[in-house]
Amino acid sequence: MQFTIEVGRYNPEGTYDQRAVAGKPFPPPWDKAPPRRYQTYTVDLPAHAVVLDALIAIREYQDESLAVRCACRSAICGSCAMWVNGHAHLACKSKLATFTKDGKTRVEAPPSMPVIRDLVADMTPFWDKHHAVKPWLQAKQPEPPPMEEYRVPNAAMEELIQEVSCIACGACLMDCESFAVNPDFLGPQALAQAYRYAGDPRDAETKERLGAYSGPGGIWDCTHCYECVTQCPKGVAPLEQILKLRRMAVDAGFTNNAGTRHADAFAESVKHSGRLNELTLLPKSVGFFNILDQLKTLPSAFNMIRAGKLPPLIHKSIPGMQRIKTIFQRVGGRFK
Amino acid sequence: MKVAFYPGCVSKGACPELYVSANAIAEPLGLELEELREAACCGAGVLSEQNHDLADSLNGLTLAMAESKGADLMTICSTCQGVLSGTNYNLMNDSTRRHKVNATIGDQGFHYSGKVKVKHMLWMLFEDIGLDRVRAAIKRKLTGLKIAPFYGCYILRPEEYLGLRERPERKTYLEQLIALLGAEPVEYRGATKCCGFPMLTFNRDKSLAMAGNHIIEAKDKGADLLVTPCPLCHLNLDGQQPDAARVLKKRIDVPIFHLPQLLGLAFGLSPEELRLDHHVVPTKGALEKVELKV
Repeated sequence: MQFTIEVGRYNPEGTYDQRAVAGKPFPPPWDKAPPRRYQTYTVDLPAHAVVLDALIAIREYQDESLAVRCACRSAICGSCAMWVNGHAHLACKSKLATFTKDGKTRVEAPPSMPVIRDLVADMTPFWDKHHAVKPWLQAKQPEPPPMEEYRVPNAAMEELIQEVSCIACGACLMDCESFAVNPDFLGPQALAQAYRYAGDPRDAETKERLGAYSGPGGIWDCTHCYECVTQCPKGVAPLEQILKLRRMAVDAGFTNNAGTRHADAFAESVKHSGRLNELTLLPKSVGFFNILDQLKTLPSAFNMIRAGKLPPLIHKSIPGMQRIKTIFQRVGGRFK
Repeated sequence: MKVAFYPGCVSKGACPELYVSANAIAEPLGLELEELREAACCGAGVLSEQNHDLADSLNGLTLAMAESKGADLMTICSTCQGVLSGTNYNLMNDSTRRHKVNATIGDQGFHYSGKVKVKHMLWMLFEDIGLDRVRAAIKRKLTGLKIAPFYGCYILRPEEYLGLRERPERKTYLEQLIALLGAEPVEYRGATKCCGFPMLTFNRDKSLAMAGNHIIEAKDKGADLLVTPCPLCHLNLDGQQPDAARVLKKRIDVPIFHLPQLLGLAFGLSPEELRLDHHVVPTKGALEKVELKV
């Protein structure tokens, strides 16, 4: 079967946008991203072939100058994550027949990472984030050290199977929307690993971890867009793990942040009126004593008032509030 | 067709123009809106992230209210759609969770058996109302306008909750609709991206950069306006647009329409009836292209 592949090639004469710095991700809009030109190849492969088969066939038989990073070809090593038709995928797991659109498949290095050559991205930002969350067990060390291994109940580890499945391919970070505007964001992969260790019953540094992850660039900088859940080839669902960390951090007392204030103000509003009170949500989330950030919201508030986009000044409750109050009393947890 | 109408907090709060325009196009579409006035806020993902049981029970109650009316539930907000689809998926596939919800709401005269379909108005146009009916309601083609779709995350992801694996065409409804109304859909990456609104209160500048970048990309591709089925996206894309321009140090000035406003224009309603004069970014330039004035 004939497949047409459009490959983003490194263009030595091109230049990075002046805002891009080596080791830093490229700022959007991504269609103006790092130097590349597209070269079209046609390959003859079986109908079940994957993108990586095509790239290897091109490199072996048509153009030995094509740079591709790959190893296991079985979705285990995580080295061939790249953009296929504008989203991050493992080339070895993406069937050409599924991805062919308008007669071709476009393959390129993710524009959200610096490019070394052709399809090979510089993964330094990814590994820096991965290491920053201390992705190793900081186990309790009883004295004297036990003579046998530290045993964990099966049920405790079953909770972590999803996170352990991560192969560190970086697909989630390549498509992460928060990372695209905030290079300091730890990102979905690192935070999913953070939960893997913070949620491990053997870990002795959980509280310290949660404190560190609650800071700038951490769990509250995720925009909740579900791109990472969609792109992860191993079902790790990083966003779900970030949300678990948020719950753990709040339970551990790390509540002096806009994220927790936002959740509290939200729940309070629904508990009292059944719906959202937009007039109080923003100031409560920002924090009444955070004068500087409060001031920043004023021009927008003024614009919206001028346009007549103002929530009703008297916030009315929905009819049948008693039902909502009963639900809060029964299952509201800390929002009771 | 009778639907249990769930307008969502924002259409009754900071985006009243959405509520007005959605009601205005119900008649030409043959929709009988039975508003769920006693339904609570969906929690926008914020409540479910902190407390699954609470979000399940509040949304389970909403679904039970729709079920008792014998109608499917219609949303006009991508976020409400995503959250209620998620609850519905979990309650239909996990009987333990459903029993728990029914135990919480049972003595209040409600029970949810899992029969309700949760559908955004955008989906209903294609799947229930039918494009023939939409076509028949068109009185004014929007020829000459280049329109960039902006879906909002929660009507696209996660795919399994939203039934997109069974119906992948749902990912192209906006483009199809824009073409049906006589305008030209603009193809750009931002269409399926995040507007940044969920981060607005925690990380304001980054949230605004996100919104601004997508609008600028659409503008660079020639868009006269963006259309969105999500009022939360609208709050960031329109309400915060002047601030986004300040953060990115660029002029933007691209009007953002709610989905029912775009349909209403094509159905011959006036810009005032659709409250197109109640936007932060003026809609005047785009309307003049189809020879309308506000």
